[in-house]
Amino acid sequence: MINIKKREELDIKIDKTVGKPFINDAKFSTRNVDVFYGEKQAIFDANIDIGKNQIIAMIGPSGCGKSTFLRCLNRMNDTIQDCHISGDIKLDDEDIYQRQQDPVLLRARVGMVFQKPNPFPKSIYDNVAYGAKLHGLAGSKIELDELVEKSLTRAGLFKEVKDSLHKPGTGLSGGQQQRLCIARTIAIDPEVILMDEPTSALDPIATAVIEELMISLSKKYTIAIVTHSMQQAARVSQRTAYFHLGYLVEVNDTNTVFTNPEHQLTENYITGRFG
Amino acid sequence: MINNTKKIKNQLAKRYAKEKRFKVYGLSAIAVSIAFLLSLLINISTTGFPAFQQTYINIEVDIDSKLLNLNDKYSEKALFRANYRKVINQSLKTLFPGVKGRKQKKALRQLVSKGARYQLRDFVMNNPSVIGTKQSLWFLARDDVDVFMKGGIDRSLPESDRRLKNFQLAWIDQLLAENSLEKRFNVNFFTQGDSREPEQAGIKGAMIGSLLTMLVTMLLSFPIGVSAAIYLEEFAPKNNRWVDIIEININNLAAVPSIVFGLLGLAVFIGFFGVPRSIPLIGGLVLTLMTLPTIIISSRAALKAVPPSIREAALGLGASRVQTTFHHVVPAAMPGILTGTIIGMAQALGETAPLLMIGMVAFIADVPQGVTDPSTVLPVQIYLWSDSPERAFTERTSAAIMVLLGFLTVMNLLAVIMRRKFEKKR
Ligand SMILES: Nc1ncnc2c1ncn2[C@@H]1O[C@H](COP(=O)(O)OP(=O)(O)OP(=O)(O)O)[C@@H](O)[C@H]1O
Ligand SMILES: [Mg+2]
Repeated sequence: MINIKKREELDIKIDKTVGKPFINDAKFSTRNVDVFYGEKQAIFDANIDIGKNQIIAMIGPSGCGKSTFLRCLNRMNDTIQDCHISGDIKLDDEDIYQRQQDPVLLRARVGMVFQKPNPFPKSIYDNVAYGAKLHGLAGSKIELDELVEKSLTRAGLFKEVKDSLHKPGTGLSGGQQQRLCIARTIAIDPEVILMDEPTSALDPIATAVIEELMISLSKKYTIAIVTHSMQQAARVSQRTAYFHLGYLVEVNDTNTVFTNPEHQLTENYITGRFG
Repeated sequence: MINNTKKIKNQLAKRYAKEKRFKVYGLSAIAVSIAFLLSLLINISTTGFPAFQQTYINIEVDIDSKLLNLNDKYSEKALFRANYRKVINQSLKTLFPGVKGRKQKKALRQLVSKGARYQLRDFVMNNPSVIGTKQSLWFLARDDVDVFMKGGIDRSLPESDRRLKNFQLAWIDQLLAENSLEKRFNVNFFTQGDSREPEQAGIKGAMIGSLLTMLVTMLLSFPIGVSAAIYLEEFAPKNNRWVDIIEININNLAAVPSIVFGLLGLAVFIGFFGVPRSIPLIGGLVLTLMTLPTIIISSRAALKAVPPSIREAALGLGASRVQTTFHHVVPAAMPGILTGTIIGMAQALGETAPLLMIGMVAFIADVPQGVTDPSTVLPVQIYLWSDSPERAFTERTSAAIMVLLGFLTVMNLLAVIMRRKFEKKR
């Protein structure tokens, strides 16, 4: 479809997504999704299914559109001025961009951890409790306290902050803020969790806690994670999608992608020859 | 590498020199502004401070029912109408028995303020039992006496150039010798409305007028301005022609001379809706028109400065746009919004021109009781007093400026306290 000049001056064709982009039992399925920022196209014709109770990893060089694609899945791109999306995105066989779809409800079902930690300028407690209060998830103050503690514990943050729950969340370190944002997201118990580089600011121990969390969550929930660490993708995900300059190049079982990539670009990337 | 170090080192001296120069510019700018501010404050307070004191004369008054022109019945009405002036004049005559001639007699009567008779009336009406006795009371002195007591009249000048003649100075000297002339704290200045007699003129009317006007302005402009800013910034469609037109017009309105708003208020509120003139309600309406652009523009700037990541965080958790705005964006922008509001209110508090247009410049001696009573405001009062020829009004003008500055300081303090509160909450 398009020729892309590579570093090695190689011409490699991206016709259509190779591998196995479609599966049975899909939670999300996207067809012919194009995303534009104004005139500039950021995603070209993305077709992919995201399996239920699975973790899918999205990898690819910086600026290839991973965040953009992820943000389409909970209509977060609606908030960007001149961002236009075409194509079909279905959650449980229902078009999330149809008129009847309430984006507020959608975002309660599809939670998101953003690339940049963005705690509210409020206390740690309020950060975690906010979503639950919003959706009336906790009946009493005690329930809410329990929920906050549970969420913080699962995000591996509780021990560090249990004495300062009422201090501002913005006063935490970058990695702590990231875990706070994870706790905030899992507190509302969404069906799908979108995580944009959730461990990019974390040390190996905290990373391990989050990875364990993801694996345990994936028994009940569907998770899509963007990561720059191929080891992480290999450790946690069942399927992996490779993006390149806005194209979804290859989707397959994680094992297959890392051991036997089909596309030249995928191979270049995972072997470290590109990106 | 070594080459680079050398290059950077060579430049470093220049860069530091630049930094130092800039620091000097900044410091001298601050020094100049402080010097201006100080000279202003010193000038105003040295002129204004004397106004907080007022000269009183002690006179023994013979509260005789005949002099008062009272029958035996001391009904309230009769007491109210009694001739207190005569009592005071008689007492002054006994105090200075040697006075002769029309001119001197008139001057003698003018030692005490015109308000002395009302002072005596209130005293008698409060305790009617004093009728028939002799009482030693302190009366407000006339403004000339007051000015003299505060050093405003030079004895060494030739008599013809002085407001007080030699014989008057002699009386004052006698009173001083008897300890019957005294400067006291000027309570009247804070408890009375305006008056044609400077010694009786107080600032309470203007103070209450300003307070009521500000209250109306605040109650209208804050909610309207902040709502408009929130709508325009958070909800209005972007890149929409109508929104652009509104935005341009708001910016233009901020630059319109304030007197135009006065004319508009005159035409619309008084001319069309028939609201009575000179009242704080209409002053507040006009000042609301004037402050709205300021509040809207600064509130929008404050809302714009809230990082979009906070909005994303809330929306991502399933908050609606209204919830996102009111739970997160507005609280985060509140310090900025308050600053803008206070700047707008401070402008409104010091505004004179538009209020002249709607008749708040009328002479009003009564202290307003509500937003529909005729009144004036502090800056207009300052304007009125500064226009009066009597010397005693000069110090009152400065004192009124001090009160106005005090008001501003209190408002700014409140703003700081409120900002702190909002910033602490986060
Ligand atoms: N808000 C925006 N407005 C305009 N262009 C954008 C916007 N956000 C992203 N883009 C563009 O879209 C393309 C994809 O960006 P995206 O953030 O999705 O990349 P990414 O794969 O997440 O990169 P990274 O790994 O660095 O996070 C980039 O070329 C970027 O410049
Ligand atoms: Mg990204």
